[in-house]
Amino acid sequence: MGKDGPTAAERFIQGIIPENPVYRQLLGMCPTLAVTGGMRPAMTMAGAVAFVLICANILVSLIRNLLKPHLRILVFTLTIATFVTIADRFLAAKMYEMSKQLGPYVPLIIVNCIIICRCEVCASKQAVLTAASDAVGQSLGFALALASIASVREILGSGTWFELRVLPEAWPNWGIMILPPGAFLTLGLLLGAANWIGGLRSKRTETPA
Amino acid sequence: MADMRKKGYLTQAWLVLLLATGFGAALAGVHLTLKDEIAENKRRDTLGRIPTLVPGAEKGEVARLAGTLVYGAVDADGRQVGWVVPASGQGYNDRIELLIGLDPEALTLTGLYVLDQKETPGLGNKITSRKVFLDQFAGLMLDKALKVDKDDPAGTINAISGATISSRAVCDIVNGVVERLGEALRSAAQGPATQEE
Repeated sequence: MGKDGPTAAERFIQGIIPENPVYRQLLGMCPTLAVTGGMRPAMTMAGAVAFVLICANILVSLIRNLLKPHLRILVFTLTIATFVTIADRFLAAKMYEMSKQLGPYVPLIIVNCIIICRCEVCASKQAVLTAASDAVGQSLGFALALASIASVREILGSGTWFELRVLPEAWPNWGIMILPPGAFLTLGLLLGAANWIGGLRSKRTETPA
Repeated sequence: MADMRKKGYLTQAWLVLLLATGFGAALAGVHLTLKDEIAENKRRDTLGRIPTLVPGAEKGEVARLAGTLVYGAVDADGRQVGWVVPASGQGYNDRIELLIGLDPEALTLTGLYVLDQKETPGLGNKITSRKVFLDQFAGLMLDKALKVDKDDPAGTINAISGATISSRAVCDIVNGVVERLGEALRSAAQGPATQEE
């Protein structure tokens, strides 16, 4: 890869839809499946991941010229683990109930491949501004993906959205949607839809008018 | 040769060492800033749980017994109806923190609540479920140590499938409290409700 790579704006746009971490890269499946039973935990998770991703990307980009190739993964992991611990402690102090609800999934952000992937692909090779906009784009893409899954699951499973009632009281809650199988069903169907739309779009660009 | 290699290690690893030191200091700072708030959250959670852990209890009164913080559970008239003891021990991944509800003589377990845990999702974290795990503890006599049925055919605790270590850890924490504090709780309950030592 050349010194330049994609620009900051390209990185930002790519993260949201064209290279969406969940729908296109299929990364970060653990939180995607585990905390999308409701919008509130899903958005808290998206916020925590955004914080870790942005901080880690900026820091790794700042020290990218000092990295030794065989020690880089160690440095990435160390950086990510530090910011995850900060996020975890912050949630335990300021959002205690949410922190209990998310439980071990916050410390598990350490092994979320989205972050180490961005450190490796972008931050360790490109300047701070590009790395930061890459992190923001990927975080938005991740938040969008979690929001789409959590919306379907919470609305169908509990009749609410952000714990506000959106479906009439008479709605029979689809209990399965807030249970683990609901996560797989929703992700599978939305992933299929995303691929189908992506297929249609690439077909259109392949056959010029 | 050995000298050069040593030098080589340092020139390669200085960044890792520096970062580890810096991150360690940053985390220590974060811990110092937030630890009081986290402890306060846990205390509030504990006080709120006391009525569910000891039947008839309305609120908790802080007491110190044998150097350990315990809560005396009192009813609406101020009579002591039991104890709530915070205790922790090593689980499968990290420390498990429990609240243990006891009758005034510390002979019967009246309730159990998991305050904090980081056990494996889907397996060990089922220890927080009342239906699956915690409800079986209420009403158990503490005259002999609690054991999971997998370790001892006479054991009274039905371990969670796939999470024997987490289940065993919960039993061990309760046993430890009874062993350490049983006598002190018993004698304190005969005296005034809250006793400073």
